[in-house]
Order: sequence, then C-alpha cells, then structure tokens
Amino acid sequence: MIYAGIDIGSITAKAALIKDDHLLDTIVLPTGYHHLNAGIRVFDTLLQQTGLDRRDISAVVSTGYGRASIDFADKAMTEILCHGAGAHFLHPGIRGIIDVGGQDSKAVLLDDQGRVENFAMNDKCAAGTGRFLEVMARALEVELDQMGEVGRQADNPSKISSICTVFAESEVISMIARQEKRENIIAGIHDAAAARVAILAAKIRIRGPVMMTGGVAKNSGMAAALEKRLKMSLIIGSLSQETGAIGAAVLASDL
Amino acid sequence: MSEKPVDKTKIRSAKKMRDLMTTYYLDALSAGQNNKQVAWITSGGPVEPLVAMDIIPVYPENHGAMIGSAKMGEDLCAKAEDMGYSSDLCSYARTDIACAVVKGGPIGGLPKPDMLICCNNICGTVLKWYEVQARFYNVPLFILDTPVCHTGYAPEIAEYVRTQVDEYIVFLENMTKRKLDHDKMTQVGKLSFEAQHLWQKVLNTTAHKPSPMSAFDAFFFLALIVTLRGTPAVVDFYKELIAEMEQRITEGISVVPNEKYRLLWDNLPVWYRLKWLSASFSAHNACLVADTYTSAWCGAIKYIDENNFLDSLAQAYTRIYLNIGVDQMAEEMLDMIRFYDVDGLVMHSNRSCKPYSFGQMDIMNIVRKQTGIPVLMIEADMVDPRSFSQSQVETRIDAFMEIIKQREK
Repeated sequence: MIYAGIDIGSITAKAALIKDDHLLDTIVLPTGYHHLNAGIRVFDTLLQQTGLDRRDISAVVSTGYGRASIDFADKAMTEILCHGAGAHFLHPGIRGIIDVGGQDSKAVLLDDQGRVENFAMNDKCAAGTGRFLEVMARALEVELDQMGEVGRQADNPSKISSICTVFAESEVISMIARQEKRENIIAGIHDAAAARVAILAAKIRIRGPVMMTGGVAKNSGMAAALEKRLKMSLIIGSLSQETGAIGAAVLASDL
Repeated sequence: MSEKPVDKTKIRSAKKMRDLMTTYYLDALSAGQNNKQVAWITSGGPVEPLVAMDIIPVYPENHGAMIGSAKMGEDLCAKAEDMGYSSDLCSYARTDIACAVVKGGPIGGLPKPDMLICCNNICGTVLKWYEVQARFYNVPLFILDTPVCHTGYAPEIAEYVRTQVDEYIVFLENMTKRKLDHDKMTQVGKLSFEAQHLWQKVLNTTAHKPSPMSAFDAFFFLALIVTLRGTPAVVDFYKELIAEMEQRITEGISVVPNEKYRLLWDNLPVWYRLKWLSASFSAHNACLVADTYTSAWCGAIKYIDENNFLDSLAQAYTRIYLNIGVDQMAEEMLDMIRFYDVDGLVMHSNRSCKPYSFGQMDIMNIVRKQTGIPVLMIEADMVDPRSFSQSQVETRIDAFMEIIKQREK
C-alpha cells in the first residue's frame, strides 16, 4: 500500500510517498498563488518521477496553510501533528521539534509514541520566520540559501534589537548605511530570529532530542544560533523541509 | 404548504433577553427627559446602591462588548488612536473614549453620565479611563479602591474598603440630594444575591452531558446580571432561563449536535468572532461548556450576607476573580475543570485585558500538571479585530482538537 502526504506551505509545496513504512520519494516546488493547483502540481510531478499513478495511492492527507484547499485529499490535518508524525518516522527517539517555516514558527513536544503533547506557535508576527529571513536577504542582496554560509563568517555579530520585521529591516538598512559588515549583520539577524523561536521552545519546556524541521532548517547559520540559544544540539536531516509531507503520508496510512 | 420547522436547538429565551436589554438602553437614553440620573460604572463595580437610589447604571464595558459584537470596534479603536491614545490601551477604553466624541457605535453612544463610579477590582486601566471621561463630561468621579488579595482578605483591607463603601453612599446622597432608604437597600441586596444565585444555577446546567447551552450563550445571557442585578427583572428572567435549560436537558437537546468533547474557556470573549469560533469548535463536535469570565458575576457570592448586604459588599467586591492571586485563580479553574468534566482548556490571551492575561502561562502550567488536559492559547483581542489572525487561530484550534482526539486512542 502506498500513501501520500501533501504539505502546502506559504512559500513551498511539498509531497511525499511512503510504501510499507519506507519512504519512496519526496518533492519540493514553489507554492505560488493557487493552493489547489500547487497541490495538484506537486502530487502529479512526484507520481511522474516515481512512475506511479493516482490509482496506486491508497490515501492522501493534506497539511500546511493550504491544507483545506486540497479537495482530492482524504483528510486535512494540521502541520503540527504532521511534523510530529514525520519526525517520529524519520527518527523515532525525537521528543521535541522546532519547525521554522515560511510564515510561522513552532515548537512541538512529543511523547514516546510520536504523539503531540503540547505546542506553541508564533503570534501573528513574522519575526523569527522564514519570511523574516527572506526580507533581510533581499535588503542585504544575498541569496536566501547563502545566508547561513555568509553569516557563519561573522567576526563580530551585529545586534538587532527590533522585534518587528518591518522595524528590523529599517534597522538593518541603517547598519548597511553605517557600512557594517554584511557577515556580521546576517549573524545578528540569525540571532534575533533564533531568540524569537527560543521563546516558543521555552514556553513548552522543550526536551531533547530535538529535531529542527521546515525550510529554515537548511540555513546553517540560523540552526547554529538556535543551538546556542537553546544550549542543545539540533538534529537536522536532509529531509527537514519535507518532514511535514512525510508525516502527512504516515498519518494517511493510519486513516 | 407545510409550516417552517421550528429549530429546537435555538434558545427561546434569547428574544426576551434582547427585549429586556433594549428597554434598559431606551430607559437609560431617555433618563434626562424623565428626571433620572445616570451613573457610568465599571463592570465589577458595586451597582446595588445605585439601584437602591433610583440612579440608572450604565456600563461602558457592556457597551464595548456591543461594539465588538457589532464589528464596529476597528473604526472606533482607530479613532481613539487618531486622538492620540496608544494601540496598547484596552480596546474597551479606546472604543468608549472615541464613542463619547463621535457618538458612534450600535446605539449612537451612551447617555451622558451625571456621575462616574469606578471600582478598580477588575483592572487599573479603569482609573485613568474614568478620569478621562470625568474631564470630558465634567462630572464627579467616585473611585472605590480595592487592593489585590494575593493570599487572603486581611483585616486592614476589610476596614479600608468598608470605609469607602460609606463614602460611596455619602457621595450618592450628595449627588441625588436624597438619603439612602435602607429598607430599599436591603431589598435590592436580596434581589442581587438571588440573581447571582440563579446565574450560577444557569451556568451549572452545562455540567449536564450533552450541554444544553454553551459559553457562547453565557456570553450573551451575561449582560443581564452585569447591568440589571438588584432588579426583579433579572430574577424573573433567569428563573425562566433555568426552566428552559432544564427542559432542554429532559428532552436531550444539546447546543452542539453530537457533543463529544467538552472545553473550558478562559478570559473575555472575542466579541467579533463568536460565531466563527463557535462553528470552528462545533465542527470538531466540541462544546465550550463553561468559562471563567461569566462565572465572575457569581463567583464572590460566598462572601455576601444577604441580610447585611452593605457590610458584606466590601469583601464580595474585593475578592472577585480578577482581584485574587494566580494560585487561587488556578484553584478556581481546577474546580471548574472537575465540575464541568472538560477535555481541554482554551485560553484567550487578550491583548486588551492585562490583569486577565497576565497569569495565564502559570495557570496553564498548573492545569497541565494537575490534570494533564491539553491547553490551547489563542492570541487575540476582545474588540479590536486587528489583533486577530484567522488562519493562525484556525491552525491552533485544529491542532488542539487533533491532540484531544489523539488522546482517546
């Protein structure tokens, strides 16, 4: 039996297939404007690249911000539950998750069965999310996927005091005007974002081992800043961005 | 043609309640023509002496709730911000201050007050808010200062507040140029006591499974105990409401079809999203059966001596839910969790109401530790919709319900 999970995030759409408790394949594509179309595109492309047909799939679970738009899914579930199931599938010992996605960040506490015990999410402010980093990358003319690398070369990280993304951006612009080093500004940005996320982890009293998931896990600078703040090391797999979709597929097999 | 089927899930008493509130506001708005005085009073303030002296009490906070429900909060909050008030100020205060100037809102503003009665048992914001209004309307302001009872009711507090109750009566006698009729005061006190008892009984009906009404209904029926306690109308109405609830219980009529999960709500309602929130929980077969907010208007009944109302008033008004320590608040919440047998707790972290939202993290941890039930925190504001993000709240509610359902497995 093959099961599919589709995760429609604010920036990227992800899909995953699992067969007999093994991960078959995953895919990541940009979401764009239309959630349902993104779901169809990501699902069909994944089927194509695995040589499968929609009829081969026993059940589909959708998740992420666009979860309700995926009308061909058997069930929609929140990304909180899906990240929990995905992390447990990839690494059964995981007890805590820090998921930093495009428009929100969350901390999740798992029991030994991979069930969610508690969670905390950012309020409606974008600070500490992927969008925050995206805005800053644009202001600094750095490719988003280069930010981690550049930030790690800082010798004296700048201090960003504003919590708000908009204010932080103007703060960064004034730093640029003062000709502070780009590496240092980026390190400061990572630390500011990490500080916000660390509050969520503290709220639920996170315990290890902790896995970092979501697109921002690919940013090594942000991950390092978080590890420093939390005083614990984070497990970051190569499928961090796809964890939600994988979890959705796992939960589809439970339907 | 067949008749339209009667919706049995609807609570019939709602219509009568609406009529009572309309009459009340019409009376208040025409007070000047009838040579009656109007006092604005805080929601937790001692209203009984006003009723005994034939002064019409008017509640800016109830008005704020009406503005929120009518979805008129955003414009009025923005207006107050235009006037220079901070967006961090309580949205009841903002809408009231703006409304006084622009005469906006669902009833075109409140009747002009002849005096203001401010009791700080609910928060500190009311002090400055009422000072602002006292200057705007150029009317006398009486402040009843009730110290926070972190651990208990000290004799110093008792004496301090009791003295002020006497001053309150003198203030009212000076304002009306009449003496307080003590027999009438006793009668009003008894009616207030009875109304609070009945209100508790109304709320208690939701302990039944399935619940005949929800916290969303309680938010609505609350207006009467807030605005008209001490009058016979409240007593009569709540008796009818209890009868209707008991009938619903007998007939097995529940407010949420197929009620499967029972939840407790903490903090003020999100007035402009009641319907949406109710539907979001109902979709998961979950009913918000009780809340800490509406029970605040009968929570201090244990301190009232109906035969000695004025003396006991000091303690009853000082030891209300928002004026006690966090440990005691958590205790009361744990009692409710047991009494209503709930599966989860929903906390509204209310940007406006600092004293209500301040201890929530600690209470959350206490509740989780003592009961193990899941707790959800929603960030919003009671009147200002700009502090509410639907998709964020939606995800939180869905995840919270998933956790509750998962626990059953």
